[in-house]
Amino acid sequence: MKYYDKLIFELSKPGRTGYSLPASSACGTADALPDGLKRGAAPALPEVCEIDVVRHYTNLSQMNFGVDTGFYPLGSCTMKYNPKINEEVAAMPGFTGLHPLQPAETVKGVQTVYDEMDKALAAITGMKHFTFLPCAGAHGELTGLMLMREYHMSRGDLARTKVIVPDSAHGTNPASAAVCGLEIVVVKSRENGLVDVESLKPLLGPDIAGIMMTNPNTLGLFERDIKEIAALVHGCGGLLYYDGANMNPLLGVVRPGDMGFDIMHLNLHKTFSTPHGGGGPGSGPVGVADRVVPFLQIPRVSGFHGNFGIILRAYAYILMLGRENIRMAGRLATLGANYIKESLKDCYKLPIPTVCKHEFVFDGLINDGAREGVAGATTLDVAKRLLDYGFHAPTIYFPLLFHQAIMIEPTETESLETLDSFIGVMRKIAEEAAADPEMLHSAPHNTPIGRPDETTAARQPVLKYAA
Amino acid sequence: MGSFCYFPQTEEDIRVMLDRIGVSSLDDLYSDVPADFIYRGEYDLPSALSEQQVRDYFEGLAARNSRLKVFVGQGAYDHYTPSVISYITSRSEFLTAYTPYQCEISQGTLRYIFEWQSMICALTGLDVANASMYDGPTAAAEAVRMCVASTKKRNSVVIAASLLPNVIDTVRTYAKYAGINIIVAEDVAAAAGGTADLAGILVPSVNRYGIVEDLSGLVGLAHDAGALLVEYCDPSALAVVRTPAEWGADVAVGDGQSLGIPLCYGGPYVGFMACTTACMRKLPGRIVGQTTDASGKRCFVLTLQAREQHIRREKATSNICSNESLMALWCTVYLSLMGPEGLRKVNELSHAGARYLHDALLATGKFSDPFEGKYFLKEFVLAPKCDVPELQKALLGAGYFAALQTDEGYVTFCVTEKHSRAELDEIVNIVKAI
Repeated sequence: MKYYDKLIFELSKPGRTGYSLPASSACGTADALPDGLKRGAAPALPEVCEIDVVRHYTNLSQMNFGVDTGFYPLGSCTMKYNPKINEEVAAMPGFTGLHPLQPAETVKGVQTVYDEMDKALAAITGMKHFTFLPCAGAHGELTGLMLMREYHMSRGDLARTKVIVPDSAHGTNPASAAVCGLEIVVVKSRENGLVDVESLKPLLGPDIAGIMMTNPNTLGLFERDIKEIAALVHGCGGLLYYDGANMNPLLGVVRPGDMGFDIMHLNLHKTFSTPHGGGGPGSGPVGVADRVVPFLQIPRVSGFHGNFGIILRAYAYILMLGRENIRMAGRLATLGANYIKESLKDCYKLPIPTVCKHEFVFDGLINDGAREGVAGATTLDVAKRLLDYGFHAPTIYFPLLFHQAIMIEPTETESLETLDSFIGVMRKIAEEAAADPEMLHSAPHNTPIGRPDETTAARQPVLKYAA
Repeated sequence: MGSFCYFPQTEEDIRVMLDRIGVSSLDDLYSDVPADFIYRGEYDLPSALSEQQVRDYFEGLAARNSRLKVFVGQGAYDHYTPSVISYITSRSEFLTAYTPYQCEISQGTLRYIFEWQSMICALTGLDVANASMYDGPTAAAEAVRMCVASTKKRNSVVIAASLLPNVIDTVRTYAKYAGINIIVAEDVAAAAGGTADLAGILVPSVNRYGIVEDLSGLVGLAHDAGALLVEYCDPSALAVVRTPAEWGADVAVGDGQSLGIPLCYGGPYVGFMACTTACMRKLPGRIVGQTTDASGKRCFVLTLQAREQHIRREKATSNICSNESLMALWCTVYLSLMGPEGLRKVNELSHAGARYLHDALLATGKFSDPFEGKYFLKEFVLAPKCDVPELQKALLGAGYFAALQTDEGYVTFCVTEKHSRAELDEIVNIVKAI
């Protein structure tokens, strides 16, 4: 990757244009905006030619790393391969040209996509029906919690204002609950990384709306007590919410509906192969069990019909998978994660040695090279050094249960050769750490930029271009 | 199992990996899952299709939709999309990247987000913009939450009845669960004046009838009460209409769709949110900032993260994470191509067409103008004196999506720079014929 330092504004030259529009309207001249409603100075947008735009953004793209560039073992993000046919399907003019308010009889093909997608996701998850309005995973969580509240309110059960969230949960869980007006009650994990059922019991009561569970959890561990947890939560009148961020290892293996979950979301941009786009657009459809179905259409949580273009991509993926290949998806994802874990556990601390699902967590290096006057290599150092070797880093410092957490998720679309190459580099970095931790402190060395000054960025924020 | 093009593992690879792990089968990797949870049945899914079959299948579905000439807006505008954009946004390095957590190999994403923030600031006149929201309506809902969070112990927000219906509905949904009192008002000033615990006022810049609103006096009303003024904007129109900053707004939100994003049956689009420096730390979502690396090179990072869910959990300003980054790139490329002059011209051409159609439709005698004398931009409503279903059917029959009926019983039209005079004349002739 080569460093390229321009911003589009810096290519601007008055008088240049990158647009091509009719010279004048065939409909005559427009009447001018009244003075009081008119903008003062024109907006300071760049004035550039088409080729300036193309070269600039092509140069920017070359400072970026994507799944198509290389291995991206970012834990809890499920960076699987994004099939190209999905993109072509989503770009078909018979879909892209449709206005969201067109009459139903003019969008029959769209309706079929939604109907068949609903049926397919129901089959895969064991839920009854889905809403496709949420645009992302966190948006799905929020929508799902709204449905949970509607369910209780419809029964006149107004005291249920608290939701239980395990301490290992993604940050979005408590944040979504707070946005939904729910109070958060944290349940602790045990030493083995699983929700502590004994700690859960005293939290349950008539004020509990439900529990949010990620299963497998953020340590990549299957919550094996889920049956008992479901019985306990249902027993107190609460509902079970399934955070689908970690659905990938269960794809084609286990259905959340069968585990007793009442409401769940899926991240189509994780489990169903749609591209992450540098942080969206995603799609977070919410599925519900029978008793929550009546509330499914209640909240308008986004402008129109959700991210239809993403739903199309995900459905193309499901049709490629079919009932035959889906059985292997989760199993191969789990296989890859366990293979990496077993191959590196002599170099990196493995706090929980049991079988993992699609991801697992190391707690830093076994030998970080620390010695008199020299600080040891940290998880951040390992992550940055990985960039030098052409890999994206794993998720780091999450979950919060371990101070030096390195969370690795390979997905099912990576070959044995790729995994071996990653394992080789991780071992090499462990050796480098033991020999010369200072070299790691200053990594990366081969990227377009080195480590940024984040403190200044936050203390003296520069958040827009100034000429 | 047969081989599948997305799964690279051979039978032998699987064996090698299982051996390293020390188990004998893939199902052994699920020994921690209660046996009755392993799904043994056949998944009720279609049999796997080949890529060509998938393509054919979706082409068939696409053909079952009618591709209409779109003369309706209501939050989704049929502006022209320059060719360059999809070539840029489909570059793998942008398309298949995650949120730019590792900034050393994500400068591409970080730079375009910084450019997007800068352009949103340029359009709105405000100081700070975030990296994007899901869409316009959710951005409005988040802005309402921001009003309440910024003004302690105030819990009511007055919102204009002239906002788009899906904005009002989404705001109401979010507010309901957050316990925020929403007052939908025809006369915003009167409602705000009569609200004791006013936290904010949300008004459109261009309203659901296409009319450019006069927001005089609202900022004083809001600030005197200790509340925030939030403006819902069409970013394309901001090239010509008085900006949120010029009206004195504290926060501006809206949908980037009008910046060249295809209609795509409602999504993906992208919301935006900008605010004054004073409100900066209450802003939801990601924010990119400029800094330098150890060798002094200019670079960009995610910053001010102390507001966010992965740090603050339930105390975060919002649950939102990353959301519509690639669509923000879409708009950024669009705005780079258009520049100030191109965007002004889009408005001029759209308005000229809309004015022409408006006047010609009125001249048929089949409508009256409920907002006579008000300045509309590219969208307008008329009160029909003819049979609306018959009108819509006749338009649809000729391939036009126009004259959508609003809740008030008006019919709405929208014209953009894409539309030709011949099309407008045809619409008028269809109207005359009914």
